[in-house]
Amino acid sequence: MQQGQPVVERAHPGPVTYVKIAVILAIVTIIEVATYYLESFFGAALVPILLVLSAAKFVLVVGFYMHLKFDAPLLRGMFAWGMTVAIGITLAMLALYKL
Amino acid sequence: MSDGTAVGHAPQAHHTTTGISHNKMLMWAFLASDCMFFGSLIWVYMVYRGRSLEGPYPQEILNIPYTSVSAAVLLLSSLAMVLALHGIQHGNMRRFRVWLGATAALGALFLGGQYFEFTEFYHHGLSLEQNLFGTTFFVLTGFHGTHVGIGIIWLVTLILMSLFGRLSPADAERVEIAGLYWHFVDIVWIVIFTLVYLIPY
Repeated sequence: MQQGQPVVERAHPGPVTYVKIAVILAIVTIIEVATYYLESFFGAALVPILLVLSAAKFVLVVGFYMHLKFDAPLLRGMFAWGMTVAIGITLAMLALYKL
Repeated sequence: MSDGTAVGHAPQAHHTTTGISHNKMLMWAFLASDCMFFGSLIWVYMVYRGRSLEGPYPQEILNIPYTSVSAAVLLLSSLAMVLALHGIQHGNMRRFRVWLGATAALGALFLGGQYFEFTEFYHHGLSLEQNLFGTTFFVLTGFHGTHVGIGIIWLVTLILMSLFGRLSPADAERVEIAGLYWHFVDIVWIVIFTLVYLIPY
């Protein structure tokens, strides 16, 4: 790649999108807390539901507020690498000590 | 993607090998390494979860409604941060200062809440050396709180720099990098909130 060559980036969103994301994050948080109080109703599905809701919030913040959805793929790769190592080590250690 | 109400900020190519700002890339590299740092603290917490031999136990002292409000405050600070960035990127320094001030204030509110929570736990007999829960909980949430504290100092510094004419819309990338750090602190709390507070013991 030549120096100064434009990278594949798209324009960042504006305030309306940011507020919409905040509303979605608030709703998901309310659902999370409500799910916690309905533990007996959800049973074994409670933990997977909470993890999915948490992952959804994580992706929304990283994608829209940190602009990773719109920035250069190289940056996505760098962050994905750190996340992959962190999750991999966590799962490996849980398997080692908990199973 | 762009809103009807505002023109989205168009990223600019930098004169670097990759076309990406070195400062921004350095921050993402740091955040990737910080993922591993918090990943280590989280797996230690998860491994020792439920293995305390004496109380107080988490189900006895964790206050879910209180922490839910704290989590909402931190999420709200992320919105304020991104609105501050939008302000400086579009040359509106007043809006930038207002939203960045709001971000720092919400961060301070979260930190104050954490201080109160720690104090309450201590009064209930939970300390760093009381049991495995105390050790892993205080280390994990304490390091997160330290990150929040560093973020607040960074944000206040940016506000002061703008007030003294040392920060202009041309320096928007500095704010973007601070914002990346701040949002990272937020996503770490999203994970901690679920794993430490919401998943039943």
